[in-house]
Amino acid sequence: MRYHITIIATLLFALSGNSSWAGDSAKEKAPDVDTIIKKANKVSYYQGKNGSAHVSMTIKDKDGQTRVRKLVILRMDEAAPKGENGAEANDDYCGEQKIYAYFTRPADVNRTAFLVWKHLDKDDDRWIYLPALDLKKRISSTDKRTSFVGTNFYYEDVSGRNIDADTHELIETTKDCYVIKNTPKDPASVEFASYTVWIHKTTFLPIQTEYYDKDGKAFRKYLALNVETIQGYPTVTKATMSDLRTGGETTAEYSDVKYDVELPEDIFTERYLRNAPTKYLR
Amino acid sequence: MKLNFESGFRFSLFFVLAMLLFSTCEIMAAEPALPAGLESPGTRSSASEPALPGGLGGDNAGPALPSGLSGKAESEKPADTPTGSGFPLNGFWETRIGTRLQEDRNEKEMSILETRLRLETEKHWDRVALRLSADLLADGITEEFDTDLERGEGLVDLREANILLRPLSFMDIKAGRQILTWGTGDLLFLNDLFPKDWQAFFIGRDTEYLKAPSDALKASFFTPVVNLDFIYTPRFDADRGITGERISYYNSSAGKIVGRNMVSDLARPDDCFDDDEWALRLYRNVRGIELAAYAYRGFWKSPAGMDSSRNEATYPALDVYGASARGQLGKGIANFEFAYYDSREDEHGTDPLTRNSEWRFLVGYEMEIAKDLTAGMQYYVELMDDYGNYQRNAFDGKPENDEYRQLVTLRLTKLLMNQNLTLSTFIYYSPSDRDAYIRPNVNYKLNDSWTAEAGGNLFFGEDDHTFFGQFEDNTNMYLSIRRSF
Repeated sequence: MRYHITIIATLLFALSGNSSWAGDSAKEKAPDVDTIIKKANKVSYYQGKNGSAHVSMTIKDKDGQTRVRKLVILRMDEAAPKGENGAEANDDYCGEQKIYAYFTRPADVNRTAFLVWKHLDKDDDRWIYLPALDLKKRISSTDKRTSFVGTNFYYEDVSGRNIDADTHELIETTKDCYVIKNTPKDPASVEFASYTVWIHKTTFLPIQTEYYDKDGKAFRKYLALNVETIQGYPTVTKATMSDLRTGGETTAEYSDVKYDVELPEDIFTERYLRNAPTKYLR
Repeated sequence: MKLNFESGFRFSLFFVLAMLLFSTCEIMAAEPALPAGLESPGTRSSASEPALPGGLGGDNAGPALPSGLSGKAESEKPADTPTGSGFPLNGFWETRIGTRLQEDRNEKEMSILETRLRLETEKHWDRVALRLSADLLADGITEEFDTDLERGEGLVDLREANILLRPLSFMDIKAGRQILTWGTGDLLFLNDLFPKDWQAFFIGRDTEYLKAPSDALKASFFTPVVNLDFIYTPRFDADRGITGERISYYNSSAGKIVGRNMVSDLARPDDCFDDDEWALRLYRNVRGIELAAYAYRGFWKSPAGMDSSRNEATYPALDVYGASARGQLGKGIANFEFAYYDSREDEHGTDPLTRNSEWRFLVGYEMEIAKDLTAGMQYYVELMDDYGNYQRNAFDGKPENDEYRQLVTLRLTKLLMNQNLTLSTFIYYSPSDRDAYIRPNVNYKLNDSWTAEAGGNLFFGEDDHTFFGQFEDNTNMYLSIRRSF
């Protein structure tokens, strides 16, 4: 009997890929929750000093009708502040960002451009450019939890939620993931009571997120479907966001993902909002 | 390892039980299957195990690793390039139909009846871009097929035909027919002296047609301190205004509302390089606040004078100076803009036939007041300069304008059904003129190609001569269907 148990234990150990299956292996200790959250935030929204990607978002409603949004996203991180005595910039810096999004589909929004200056300590600055009117319109960004261009993703899902907006608790360590429960500090500002995110141990990519209502019932779910390592950066290249109440879902696919590209800072200004930087959108 | 049937069975039983136990503790956390690409190598190393189906990843009850983390490279790459080679063709086909809601003895009952095909293409090189956009229009109201590109009448309405050059790192030039907009007002224009098509606006064409194209050269300079736009229009581009052809209006010399019975004669300044316009904007962003200063030299964009000998409406000379600021305030966006309109042919306001100089001020605020419901409010005032001279020199019996013309606007926009249904209304209300203009609109995107729209242009006013009141009999509703490609 003892013999069998040993075999079982060995097999299970092998199955679990050398990681702790009970979460309390002496060999591996989970980093503290803040470290996990910071790393996850970094790999989700701050890989490289900048990046570009083509995004195709397919919205499927409960009746199965699909709509497609296609855009190119350019992203640039503000340089990390130098440390004391001019030390090297802090590599963990997840600071202010500028984001440029250029739509090509559907046809009626072709050439529409979005510009976001993401701030940490105040609301983001957001502009939309409507080419038919040559109109650069400033838009309010207070409510980040509204649909991004009609998809099941919210603005905050696309540009990142401020990690200081929630308290984080490591509730479990599974074979592959750190499971973290996040509770909003200001519950009135959001539509969820809490959300739980599964963060992959080795890459720190969030691979699943579930949002719960006040009864603890999941009503919204994010799932990473595909990951590719691009220029050394593990990158989610396909993901879906489901509305569990309505049955609608949006699948986002990322292609032509590039990091550390030569991207002039003035791309993120009115100049290129009015006349697209086509060279960087290819 | 020596396995007879019995120990094999027991082994299996233990295995299943252990798995169940293992699964249960994982199910409690409902660990997601690892996405492809995240699966742990351990899974694959257990060669005796059958490969798990994609999506279940290396785990049993946990989250499937996404492909790509699994070591299995089965991801398909969506390939779609937005800026492909060649000349891509985009556009739409649209049919729009509308009718007056009351009799207008000066105009047809139908307010709009047209079908149009928009075709547009563009081509980009490294420092050069070409763009062409034109409408083929069959207009059942004017039944006019002779094309007048300047006035946008007839079979072809050329919206854009321009070349963009980026000769220097700090300079862009756009030359040719283009749509130009600046300033901070929402459907109110102070420092934006580019041509408008008020007729298109009032009969219920898409809002984009409010902006008429300019034939101009735009040079833009970008520096860390300030940015500069300089726009030169060699030949004056007037507003495509109200002539009586489709919209009845108050004709001050006739002293009554007229329409097709008295289509106004307009004396546009139209000598190339003599009757030119230039417009200038200096702007920069200071910590999220957009600041701009503007200057314009040209002509009143709509008739603001009268040649009494020829009985023609004229476009007197005009200079405009102004400034604007826009930024986040509280939970919304606030804007402020002012402009001084210097009516150069009537410096002291003594000429009753020429519009006086005036000040224009605007403050606005827009915010999201509920989920997917945005409200925008503006207060706007025109303050006539030399009002005393205007009063002293006004013709007897002619309705006098107030010293102040005030306008309040309200925009409400509600998005529904995953933003596919938009309910909106824009209200202009003038407490000084005691008139109003309401633009309700319902827009529904049936799918990625088809859009249906219904809306109205509702005019109210106590007097015949006020800005919106004069159009009361033009109150109309319209429907449209559009296929974009």
